[in-house]
Amino acid sequence: MVTSDRLDATFAALADPTRRAILARLATGEASVMELAEPFSMSQPAISKHLKVLERAGLISRSRDAQRRPCRIEAKALEEATDWLESYRRLWEGNFQRLDALLDEMKLSGKGHKRTRKQGGS
Amino acid sequence: MAHVLTLTTPSDREVAMTRTFDAPRDMVFEALTRPELIKRWLGVQNGWEMVVCEVDLKVGGAYRYVWRRTDGMEMGMGGTYREIVRPERIVTTESFDQSWYPGSAVGTVTLVERDGVTTLTLTVLYDSREARDMVLQSPMESGVEAGYQQLEKVLASLQAEGGGAS
Repeated sequence: MVTSDRLDATFAALADPTRRAILARLATGEASVMELAEPFSMSQPAISKHLKVLERAGLISRSRDAQRRPCRIEAKALEEATDWLESYRRLWEGNFQRLDALLDEMKLSGKGHKRTRKQGGS
Repeated sequence: MAHVLTLTTPSDREVAMTRTFDAPRDMVFEALTRPELIKRWLGVQNGWEMVVCEVDLKVGGAYRYVWRRTDGMEMGMGGTYREIVRPERIVTTESFDQSWYPGSAVGTVTLVERDGVTTLTLTVLYDSREARDMVLQSPMESGVEAGYQQLEKVLASLQAEGGGAS
């Protein structure tokens, strides 16, 4: 069960382009803060701030051992979030196709509107 | 006949969807406002069914929708009717229980009929640009947000290697 707090944190984290870029980078493998800071031309403290947001959202985890403390992506939270987005994206196309079918049915059941234009298959 | 769903952003807090239907608008209006008809098409896909659909179709009246997925997960939303002009215009407030975007929104549906074809336009006005962008930054318009496309690829590879859910 996905809690709304968890989703709120996830979406807030994903709303930022730098954080999405960090996730994309981490998808290719673990990285330290220093390695992450490099391509973004950002200071390490700035990157650390973004990492904290991602960590709170459960999107990444940071190893406790070694001074390098590499970050890695956490698949589960990301999966929950993208599931949610994907269902939203598809929602309206699907809704409207079902509405088409319903309207066809309503027309056939003869509600006094005979302006049906039959178009074989959709 | 292909009915293309067009998506535009009339202002920085709005998203608008337009779609035509081969039916007179009073029929479309019915399908948008009668619970037994709403339950047939709104959000009922991929294992989701509408388990609560209550509509008090009058200005100031409330509506409430709850969907449940086969695995038991629930999603709910509701609001009130601000304007009802049968069969051409409906204005509602909307707020999701799971608040996947911050705040609430106001949805305006207009129905314009011509030669038996109804053009439906749904405009959603969000509380903030941030909320609207959160909706837009979903993969709704593919190509708009390269970051998300990247994420989808990531997800696909993660699922492939980890044997992820469904």
